[in-house]
Amino acid sequence: MTLLSVEDLTVRFPSRFGELTAVEGVSLSIGPGEIHGLVGESGAGKSTIGAAVIGLLPHPGYVAEGRLRLGETDLRALSPRAAHRLRGDRISMIFQDPQTSLDPLMTVEEQLIETMQAHSDISRRAARERAVDLLEEIGIRDAESRISSYPHQFSGGMRQRVVIALALCTDPELIIADEPTTALDVAVQSQVLALIRRLADERGIGFLLITHDIGVIAQVADRVTVLRGGKVMESGATRQVLGQPAHDYTRDLMDSVPPIDRRLERFRVPGEGGGGARHAQDDRPAAQARRWLTAEGETEPVGLSLDEVTVRFAGARRGLWTREAPFVALDGVSLSVRPGSVLGLVGESGSGKSTLAKVITGLVSPASGQMSLGGEALPAAKARPRGHAARRLIQMIFQDPFSSLNARHDVGRILGEPLWLYGLEPDAKRRRALSAAMLDLVGLPADAIDKYPHQFSGGQRQRIAIARALLARPRFLICDEPTSALDVSIQAQVLNLLKDLQSLFGLTVLFISHDLAVVRQLADEVAVMQSGKLVEAGPTDQIFERPRADYTRDLLRLTPVMPAEWRAA
Amino acid sequence: MLDYIRRREGLWLFTRSPAAMIAALATVVIVGGALLAPWIAASNPYDLSTFSLIDGLKPPAWLPGGDPEFLLGTDDQGRDMISSILYGARLSLLIGLMAMLIATLLGVGLGLLAGYFGGWVDAVVMRVADVQLALPAILTALLIDGIARGVLPTALHQELRVPVLTLAIALSLWVNFARTARASVMVEKNKEYVQAAMMQGQHPLRVMGVHILPNILGPLLVIMTVDLASAILLEATLSFLGIGLPADSPSLGTLIRIGMGFLLSGEWWILWVPTAFLVALVVSINILGDFLRDLFNPRLR
Repeated sequence: MTLLSVEDLTVRFPSRFGELTAVEGVSLSIGPGEIHGLVGESGAGKSTIGAAVIGLLPHPGYVAEGRLRLGETDLRALSPRAAHRLRGDRISMIFQDPQTSLDPLMTVEEQLIETMQAHSDISRRAARERAVDLLEEIGIRDAESRISSYPHQFSGGMRQRVVIALALCTDPELIIADEPTTALDVAVQSQVLALIRRLADERGIGFLLITHDIGVIAQVADRVTVLRGGKVMESGATRQVLGQPAHDYTRDLMDSVPPIDRRLERFRVPGEGGGGARHAQDDRPAAQARRWLTAEGETEPVGLSLDEVTVRFAGARRGLWTREAPFVALDGVSLSVRPGSVLGLVGESGSGKSTLAKVITGLVSPASGQMSLGGEALPAAKARPRGHAARRLIQMIFQDPFSSLNARHDVGRILGEPLWLYGLEPDAKRRRALSAAMLDLVGLPADAIDKYPHQFSGGQRQRIAIARALLARPRFLICDEPTSALDVSIQAQVLNLLKDLQSLFGLTVLFISHDLAVVRQLADEVAVMQSGKLVEAGPTDQIFERPRADYTRDLLRLTPVMPAEWRAA
Repeated sequence: MLDYIRRREGLWLFTRSPAAMIAALATVVIVGGALLAPWIAASNPYDLSTFSLIDGLKPPAWLPGGDPEFLLGTDDQGRDMISSILYGARLSLLIGLMAMLIATLLGVGLGLLAGYFGGWVDAVVMRVADVQLALPAILTALLIDGIARGVLPTALHQELRVPVLTLAIALSLWVNFARTARASVMVEKNKEYVQAAMMQGQHPLRVMGVHILPNILGPLLVIMTVDLASAILLEATLSFLGIGLPADSPSLGTLIRIGMGFLLSGEWWILWVPTAFLVALVVSINILGDFLRDLFNPRLR
């Protein structure tokens, strides 16, 4: 028996440039109690399918062709009123961000009761009773008193549970979950995924699980549909599709997913150079950039060490004379990065990873502690003069390639800035030539130099950011989640590029990430942080194979991955 | 600065907004007329030899007793209304523009500093702004005019009436710019491109001017248009109250004040013509400001 059947669904978005087909000829079906994963990279049409099913396509999109049936109901034939009644009653939705999908001015109780009363003739008291039961069922302890709290009084994971309770409170047959765990840390993510699995098994609810994370799909989905550019590439049982992909695209996609259980020397990425640094035949501009970085610059690797670094942020003002206790972002962190090696720094959000990067770059000043770079003391924040050598030697690649480049400057200007600022190249023409050469080295076309950042994709922007960092001739590179905003195939390319550049120029790298699998691919050593403290540090293989700290073990255990035995021999 | 696609997008939206098109047309006609006043006006209201008392109090041309030479009539001195208005608009626009530009420089500069450095710089600038906001604009203008009257010799004060008036208006408008700039800077400051520039050790003034400023121009441009309208209105108010420009160098506000005297005596056009003109100018500029806001705020599209 099928619960939801989608046949030949085509969704179009008319615009003044003509009609854009977002989804084309997609068919899938979901049975009761089945979790159907929908994977694909950004722009693949995953969310659009979800929105079409629930009837909330963003204006001006419309369903051009195809049949959508929920049980015996034809979803396309419904009147707006009937569709409105059906939404929330028979189909519910879980959104990505629990911060914004709850009304901050209403208590959880009011939101749950409101939803229930909107769909069934139920008294306030009965609705409240049901709400408490529901919250308890999905794992909120002490629900009787917690129910009258406001959303901000719950943690992120708890809030997502409340969102799920909200989706559940009308006993829907089908729930569309759009990236339900993307905003959550691994530990919470694994609990939420377990909850979704349990609801499917015990209540027989069908789930359409939209995600970009292959690990999540592998962990909970029964069946999976792989999308690309609005078309179905492959569909079938999860184990079959992920373990023995039949379609080329699925195979490429699976090759791009970093495995957590072993280190790949390079990702297999189709296309020139596999997304890595351009090979330096002598006639290529890339060769010039490479010569400039190696022959003319310093090549001795430098190490970095932190000794008992503590950072406190002043607490919020309570009254005229009183403040809350300061927030300790880093608590006596000591670590060292060997010259020419890659140190992976992992931890959940709020663990102090980014603060550590800011201390090293001199944006945040520590309350106490010492730093040294290449054996010389490294002054902190305000004590580090504007012209200090470390300002050039330490460069950083940021997480969000959409905000790390000045949108009002063209690429030539962005890249020329470090050359000019550090006095590396006084001649404007030569600055431009070097910038162009660097673009070639990181694998961008020559005409990129006259364009503006918004004309590039996320991966290309990240390459520009890498080129900008390299043009300072750094010796120490901090990468703060450089791939977490990118699609997995783009991530594979950027990781290849970083690997190439690191080994070519003997860079010392601090690689910050919440994604253990990515860190494993790159790092020689790994340091694990939790709420401002260093939990464990050691060689990568040791941390991944024989973790000593419980926290590290939990992180490894809870990270969703595809079981190794699925992979066909 | 706006790249090609943005510009095309803007033009496209423009053609879909008739209000914006009419407003733009009206603004161009008024500003163009004011700029070209010495060449297109029939007489020069500052030059006694170009008009005569005999032509005084003539109604608009289409009314009985009207003279086709004076299309919108004349005032009691025999000055052609159209000429007076064109010359008046010239003064009003000059004062409005200058006041707006001074307010922009002052406000954006202080707002950048306050937003970027925070701490006591922020506290000082914003408290001063709060005090400024508590004073009505007219009071500020009266205050400055009064001080200027007291400090400067009478002859010099008469000569400096336009700069003094401009300064008074600018001082009552800068707070808007400072607040907007500060709020935008505080958002931009935490973006990674600014962090990157700070991390590289760029000078704070460079970070503010080269990196942050171009990225907050959108909202500032909107305020500039809206405040241009406010400045023109404020000048008219002050002149109407007699604190602004004297009757021998009339701005739009002065013309309206003169017209007030004839409101009940039948020569209504002396009041209503310049008033309608002022309203048309201010409404057009405000509509353009709204349009700009929509243009820079993709969420409102």
